[in-house]
Amino acid sequence: MNATPTAGPTTAGPTTAQSVWLVAEREIGSKLRSKAFIISFAILFVGALALVLWGGLTAQNTSGTPVAVTSDAQQYVADVPGVDVTDAASDAEARELVSAGEVDAAIVGDSASPTGFTVVAESSPPTNLLLSLSQLPTVELLDPDAGSDALGFVAAIGFGVVFLMAASLFGGTIAQSVVEEKQTRVVELLISAIPVRSLLAGKVIGNTILAMGEILILVAIAVVGLTVTGQSELLQGLGAPIAWFAVFFFFGFVLLATLFAAAASMVSRQEDIGSTTTPLTMLIMAPYFLVIFFYENPVVLGIMSYVPFSAPVGMPMRMFLGEAQWWEPLLSLAILIATCLGAIIVAAKIYENSLLRMGARVKLSEALSR
Amino acid sequence: MLRLQGLTKSYGERRVLDDVTFDVAPGRLTGFVGGNGAGKTTTMRIVLGVLGGDAGTVTLDGATVTSADRRRFGYMPEERGLYPKMKVLEHIVYLARLHGFGKADAESRARALLEDLGLGERLGDNIETLSLGNQQRAQIAAALVHDPDVLILDEPFSGLDPLAVEVVAAVLQERAAVGASVLFSSHQLDVVERLCDDLVIIAGGTIRAKGARDELRAAHAQRRYELVSTGDAGWLRDEEGVEVRDFDGGYAVFDADSDETAQRVLRRAVAQGDVASFAPQHPTLSQIFKEVIQ
Repeated sequence: MNATPTAGPTTAGPTTAQSVWLVAEREIGSKLRSKAFIISFAILFVGALALVLWGGLTAQNTSGTPVAVTSDAQQYVADVPGVDVTDAASDAEARELVSAGEVDAAIVGDSASPTGFTVVAESSPPTNLLLSLSQLPTVELLDPDAGSDALGFVAAIGFGVVFLMAASLFGGTIAQSVVEEKQTRVVELLISAIPVRSLLAGKVIGNTILAMGEILILVAIAVVGLTVTGQSELLQGLGAPIAWFAVFFFFGFVLLATLFAAAASMVSRQEDIGSTTTPLTMLIMAPYFLVIFFYENPVVLGIMSYVPFSAPVGMPMRMFLGEAQWWEPLLSLAILIATCLGAIIVAAKIYENSLLRMGARVKLSEALSR
Repeated sequence: MLRLQGLTKSYGERRVLDDVTFDVAPGRLTGFVGGNGAGKTTTMRIVLGVLGGDAGTVTLDGATVTSADRRRFGYMPEERGLYPKMKVLEHIVYLARLHGFGKADAESRARALLEDLGLGERLGDNIETLSLGNQQRAQIAAALVHDPDVLILDEPFSGLDPLAVEVVAAVLQERAAVGASVLFSSHQLDVVERLCDDLVIIAGGTIRAKGARDELRAAHAQRRYELVSTGDAGWLRDEEGVEVRDFDGGYAVFDADSDETAQRVLRRAVAQGDVASFAPQHPTLSQIFKEVIQ
């Protein structure tokens, strides 16, 4: 209707993809320039590095795993690397050495075992030993309920901490950035230019890219750290769980980020964020504590590996312990993705309804209505 | 032509807008005047689609305004806000790109506009380091950078020093001159009076007066005249139908009861001596405002 002084923009405005990417790009740029973000990432980085090195050193005494071997089983360990062989005169003597703690495991001849021998251990078989044997033998545990496997514990802490740190760091970040836009009222300008859903999608995508970048860096640390400390056998055992962890983390993160954005949109001031995001913080904390307390409990781990919020920690842990069938991660992933889609629909509604309501906290029922 | 028709909005029992109807014409500056809580911000938010009204329509050239149309609107919210930690230029470029401009185009526009607004020296500074007045200028740049067809500005002059008021006023007039419809609210009635072509006065959620500024003034004129003559105008006091408001030798301000009375006074004044000036005295905006909001 009017002559504009210079050529206007394309009449349709930016495409949805363009506006989503613009928002995502700004999210990433502003985080990479924030000192708080860089420092917290550096702490996580150093922590992960320390964990990998420490875990490697405790799990594997470089001299090898002490093993008692009876004469009829000598042939099976002759060319196995990383074992420190103690000869045992009889089956009973070998078992005694295990009970006394002088060796980590005993390898005894056993005609009933398909491999021709059985690994006898106190409470859990030394993972390195099993990994270095060419065939998986029968395992006999003398006292299955006692003790713990240092490496399993380290893996549990590793998955738990990384998920907890990354999810709470970025969950908090996205919540803050939603409220910042509300509090500074810049949101009025933004949504007069682009649809509310594009804004939400851009924020989630931007933060997901940052979080995934962080996870990939941490995975790289684990791989490089394990290789450098000469634990490539362990790496073979951890490789698949770590790769799955990254996949689960991706969807788990999108789920949490969307929910964090929705929860934050219900308040108008930074001080009030806690009132709506606390339940989500609990959801992040729970898998961490559960996996540390129950990493040896197959029932709890089994449940955890299917509940969407704890699956990113639970499923890789079960895979590491060798408890998961090949189809289990796929099923759990499908459940997670379905939950993720549902959450996006609900969260987008809450976000749309709450974004412009300044002042008092928006009630959940109001945010979901209309 | 942006047309608001019958806008109504209630919060619970409280009706904050009642049948608000007025036009914002292209190429003209429309001043939107009202006290605190009169309904200015609510009206503007409904026009921008930031808030939903209970009833009424907003149309642009006869068609209901869509979100695609609104992308061609420039908005300056009452509660100012930009990202505190973004750099001035970067921020305005970002907004221009959200409105659909390419990277290079957005940057050259943002740069030129910020320089016009006197922020040329501060392009690389974070928004939060700017003084209040400069943040205000950045906010105006945010509303203008995409060359909007319709400009909705809530209190664009608040917090500006007189020089900055001039800068901003000039920018708004420039936009109107190239055909944009500009609606702005202000508490500074003298600024509104000087700038605007059209006026809308709102009080208690209803429109009390609207129209071209000069017509409104004429409509609210009370047949008050100012006479400047060389002779002594003391005779005015004895004229029938005349009430003298101010008097000093040859200078007088008086109210006449009819146009005929005024013409009779003029003829007599000319008969008495040289008349330097005889003119109807228009009420100021603040006089009209006080009158209509009662």
